[in-house]
Amino acid sequence: MRRKIKNSALTLGMATALLLSGCNFSNSTEKDDEDKKVGQTLNVTEPADIPTLDSTKAHDGIAFTVLNNINEGLYRQDENNLPIKALATEHEESEDKVVHTFTLRDAKWSNGEPVTAQDFEYAWKRVMKDNSPYAFMFVTAGIKNAEAILNAEKDADELGIKAIDEKTLEVTLEAANPLFQTLLTFPTFLPQNQKFVEEKGDQYALEADGVLFNGPFKLVEWTHEQGWKYEKNEDYWDAKEVKLDNINVYVVKDPSTGSNLYETEKVDRVELSSALVDQYKDDANFQTMQESGLVFLRFNHNHPVLGNKEIRRAINMAIDKKGLTDVILKDGSSPLNGVVPAGFYNSPDNKDYRELNGDFNTGTVEEAQEAWTKGLKETGQKDVTVSINIADSDDHKKVAEYIQAQLEDNLPGMKLEIKAVPFAQRLEIEKAIEYDLSLSSWGPDYSDPMTYLDMWLKDGSANRMDYYNPELDKLVAQARIESDLAKRYEMLLALEKILLEEDAAIAPLYQEGESILIREKIKGVLVHPTGAEFSYKWASIEE
Amino acid sequence: MKRYLIKRIGYMLVTLFVIVSITFFLMQLLPGTPFTNPEKLTEQQMTILNAKYGLDQPVGIQYIRYLGNLVQGDLGYSFQHEGRTVSSMISDRIGPSAFIGLQALVFGAIIGLILGIISALRHNSVFDYGSVAIAVIGMSIPSFVFAALLQYYVGVKLEWLPVALWEGYSSTILPSFALSVTVTATVARFIRSEMLEVLGQDYVITARAKGMTENQVIVKHVIRNALIPVVTMLGPLAVSIMTGTLVIEKIFSVPGLGEQFTLSILVLDYSVIMGITIFYSALFIFVVFLVDIIYGFLDPRITYNEGESA
Repeated sequence: MRRKIKNSALTLGMATALLLSGCNFSNSTEKDDEDKKVGQTLNVTEPADIPTLDSTKAHDGIAFTVLNNINEGLYRQDENNLPIKALATEHEESEDKVVHTFTLRDAKWSNGEPVTAQDFEYAWKRVMKDNSPYAFMFVTAGIKNAEAILNAEKDADELGIKAIDEKTLEVTLEAANPLFQTLLTFPTFLPQNQKFVEEKGDQYALEADGVLFNGPFKLVEWTHEQGWKYEKNEDYWDAKEVKLDNINVYVVKDPSTGSNLYETEKVDRVELSSALVDQYKDDANFQTMQESGLVFLRFNHNHPVLGNKEIRRAINMAIDKKGLTDVILKDGSSPLNGVVPAGFYNSPDNKDYRELNGDFNTGTVEEAQEAWTKGLKETGQKDVTVSINIADSDDHKKVAEYIQAQLEDNLPGMKLEIKAVPFAQRLEIEKAIEYDLSLSSWGPDYSDPMTYLDMWLKDGSANRMDYYNPELDKLVAQARIESDLAKRYEMLLALEKILLEEDAAIAPLYQEGESILIREKIKGVLVHPTGAEFSYKWASIEE
Repeated sequence: MKRYLIKRIGYMLVTLFVIVSITFFLMQLLPGTPFTNPEKLTEQQMTILNAKYGLDQPVGIQYIRYLGNLVQGDLGYSFQHEGRTVSSMISDRIGPSAFIGLQALVFGAIIGLILGIISALRHNSVFDYGSVAIAVIGMSIPSFVFAALLQYYVGVKLEWLPVALWEGYSSTILPSFALSVTVTATVARFIRSEMLEVLGQDYVITARAKGMTENQVIVKHVIRNALIPVVTMLGPLAVSIMTGTLVIEKIFSVPGLGEQFTLSILVLDYSVIMGITIFYSALFIFVVFLVDIIYGFLDPRITYNEGESA
């Protein structure tokens, strides 16, 4: 009997050991002690794992953030989200601004090989060859033949990029493009070491040892679904600017778990959900930050009533947006009365777009009702029953219910039905324009107001409401090639006026925001509106 | 016995095939595309991507192709995690789920057994009411409420155990406890009612009449017989608890499979949905089979010969 017990205890012990080994614990307890010895460590969270670290295939903010911190491209975003030279030491343009020649600085990949112009050529062509999710960025950048390649009319090898020699890169555009530099900060434009990529084959970028680094940090550990760890890259050309020695990133999907981890000092920065804002809003480390995402109402411009400008204007004015952000959402969002969000896009003489253009379609309930009556008269209707197409997330339901109450209270004869569907279906309904109103959101593709303005072109894939104003189309075409930046900015301002002042084409609701807790000692973490969400290059801890 | 086994395995394969087929066709009814970033993809790009993944083919052909790969043990690649195979995603993430689940099962079974036995032996006493109350509360409070309370009081306030994350054995205790509440409650209630029934059986009276001590009667006759139905229930419960739960894994940041399954449906990652469904159902079918076999050993009244079993 005793023997038997001993045996089963042994078996149990072995089984437990086996199970524990299958658990993939990230063994950080050990590492914590090491961290203390080597200096500055930042601990942060991300809401999900990295989908892929292959810069040609990356498609989300989390991957972009990692790539931005472990790699270096021609340009990098600075604290004002403007492009500054990174791997490029010189950037010369031909007189017509079509041919761009870059001279690269001496830099090394983490396998010891130099970063060359061929690495750029290889990576960019790879994006086009694989028809990657962000291949359209090359079209936006206006790189020669990019559009034809995407339409399968030309071969990826014909992309307008050429390595002249190891340190000289020549990029040819279709036409002058004032956005070119801005776009070069985007991680899709990063270089890749051909030999390494081919050596790794289908294992490339799947684990931490499957990628090379040439940026401020090295990725030393990546445990899927748990987190990853950066270490300062001593071989980085600008290593003297990098103050952090380590960054630990933990995957935390639940916001209240995040705040509990913050309480126990496990992490230094967390995002709060609106439910937690009330609890922390008086905390010294509480901050709200504007984000670049926009939430707005699309109108079906073919609808007999909503096709009317005055009706749309009335709907714009009848919604109390401040009530929406401050009472309903409470998550750091702020009311928006334009299509370009505030706080990200400065003019050449450093003024904010929103300040320059002011608010559109704001007014009292009386003014809303006036426009409403006028619109009804023009369309010959007495009352209007329409539906709103929304994604079935909690946030969107709350917003839709608020809008429903506001419109039905403030606009006599208005009735709004809410139709909630899964996100993917909301998108399909929008694409087919089979809705009356649709609660939509838009995240910018690049750090320039144009990303919010050229969506409304006649055949733009993001239009999705049959809006068409030839004036807007014409001005977008002009602005795309205008190389005088001041003049171009004037055009960008005018575009929003066409869209909203003239046509009231959409009803902007709010600009997304986030509430965070961040320890005071953490300085210099840059937050960007597009591409990578964070830059840690200049971050530091000041005890 | 042999014939019985072969027949059962045949049925198991048919069941699995039916599940695979139904899931495959139901999944096609979900709106949207499995591709990342659908909001920014142009029609042209969609066409090229669909062709690349064979999604432009009729559903029937896609189905046959999928079955062909499946027979060869190939579950395909994830759409969302470019380049990662579905089998590696499952094998990476089943470990934590299984460990927490198994531990929860052990916690739950032990506590549940103790509560159940005490309340049956001290029927209608304070102990009985007390453990019935615990069982009812355990059943009615959702495990995520319990999880949040544990996290806050044990993790943040007392700092006895880690709040969340997955960094060694201590990280597994709170999620297991949170998950074990339902098991405890179920086991306690089951054991209690079974034991009360068994205590009234003739063979228990016989055993007592033979002069066995009360302890011998309880251990050899009562508990053993009361355990049989618990095994039936514990099998499927073990599967559902070990394959992970979305909420507990989310709250404690456990890199488990439950969260992945829910996520894959939301983002329409076809191959991952299929892979995890197959994995879950195969495991479930197998455990039910195993439970039936174990029965034979636990209860001599059950045999597997054709025609004899009732």
